[in-house]
Amino acid sequence: MVVKRQLEPLLWLLFSAGGVFAALLMPSLLLLFGLAFPLGVLAPPSYEHLRAVLSHPFTLLVLFFLCTLSLFHWAHRFRYTLYDGLQIKHLNEVITVLCYGGAIIGSVAAAYLMLRLGMA
Amino acid sequence: MGDRITLQVARYRPEKESEATFQEYEVPYTKDWVVLDGLNYIKDRVDGTLSYRWSCRMGICGSCGMMVNGEPKLTCATFLADYAPAPVRVEPLTNFPVIRDLIVDIGDFMRKLVSVKPWIIREQEKPLSQGEYRQTPQEMDEYKQFSMCINCMLCYAACPIYGLDPKFVGPAAIALAQRYNLDSRDEASTERLEILSDHEGIWGCTFVGECTKVCPKHVDPAGAIQRYKLSAALEALKSFLIPWGTS
Amino acid sequence: MDTPTYTEYHPRWLRRRVSTYWWMQRGSYFAFILREVSSLSVAWFVVYLLMLVRAVTQGQASYLAFLEWSRQPLILSINIVSLGLVVFHAITWFKLAPQAMVVHFGGRRVPGSVIAGSNYGAWIVASVVVIWLLVGA
Repeated sequence: MVVKRQLEPLLWLLFSAGGVFAALLMPSLLLLFGLAFPLGVLAPPSYEHLRAVLSHPFTLLVLFFLCTLSLFHWAHRFRYTLYDGLQIKHLNEVITVLCYGGAIIGSVAAAYLMLRLGMA
Repeated sequence: MGDRITLQVARYRPEKESEATFQEYEVPYTKDWVVLDGLNYIKDRVDGTLSYRWSCRMGICGSCGMMVNGEPKLTCATFLADYAPAPVRVEPLTNFPVIRDLIVDIGDFMRKLVSVKPWIIREQEKPLSQGEYRQTPQEMDEYKQFSMCINCMLCYAACPIYGLDPKFVGPAAIALAQRYNLDSRDEASTERLEILSDHEGIWGCTFVGECTKVCPKHVDPAGAIQRYKLSAALEALKSFLIPWGTS
Repeated sequence: MDTPTYTEYHPRWLRRRVSTYWWMQRGSYFAFILREVSSLSVAWFVVYLLMLVRAVTQGQASYLAFLEWSRQPLILSINIVSLGLVVFHAITWFKLAPQAMVVHFGGRRVPGSVIAGSNYGAWIVASVVVIWLLVGA
């Protein structure tokens, strides 16, 4: 299908962009919010400070792109892992819809949450 | 002399068995012998029924690719000394059907290679009287690495994607397509992209990178494929954003 | 596909099947699958991040509740594993970037080490910014 032909390279570009964003930002963020703050190794930011940093339009924009692109990164990579690793090719269409559908839903949720914080 | 080493060689004789078996042979061992020397010793002196491919014995013809202790290697370039004193296991190249003993059918690769049109294609051929197509050293450097491929198919044996999906075009074929795409004398990148922008073309590759690891000529097919993906994706982006075309 | 007629001159070929555990047969295959599985950690962190954003939007109490929830052993274990996988993703990504990107500058090819170096540099800068923004306030 012509549409499919055009779509695959663009999905790969989204995967690549997501990979870059995730690689640059996630290690530090996950280290802080997943380990350092919960374990008390570092003091978590005060509510006021965190809210101020988060609701800044630039932060919201960066986080929105981080979430959206990372979700598409996951969708593309996971789709191929299922396709090759589990060898369930016959479920190809189902896998594609579930993966990219999930990414779209997540992106919409991310947009909604960022907007809500930005406008609150 | 007097040193010996054991070769465990896979045998498959379709006229009398339906599975592969292993046969052990003891061959003389010297520091400069390669696995191919061992196989030739077996064929000449021990068991003439052993079947395998070889030709130049110097790593340029690409005929003698086999699995040595589970790794795809050119048997003419794999020294017994690296494995001594343990027995050396020799099997036919993975991911290809076995015709007999150590011989695999390479028809699939040959068809895929032809399908990517690995030759210079121009809209208008220059007549001979006008002379050659000239190229600077920099222009040649662009594709030179990918032209080193000897079609030995070690990369196909190493590629798990090819093993899982035999329809995948595969590392060597894509690298060779890229060799012509990057050649300044060629004008058929778009044509090749049409053929390769399938799910089983460049997009089937998930950059495992094993192909580059096993390539005896340092062609780096994985790098060729990723670069191809990037250029194809940017082309698609351009035509998506500028649908009325840029040419 | 019809079964071909096997004759004396075209005998049956041996077709070896790929094991379901092909990815365990080689260290590099296992590392590859681990790298692919890291995408699940990436997706998990997006969910985690969105939960944090929602908690912050709802107020201080929600934020503190979120911090408390993140201390649960289950969540902590998931995050430890995810951190490992995300770091693995980052390292493998930057290691492979020079192979995928060939940049020409001034008529010459930018060496792979420069591309890798600038990627790692960007990583360090981004991490420092994140930490500076969030720690000690």
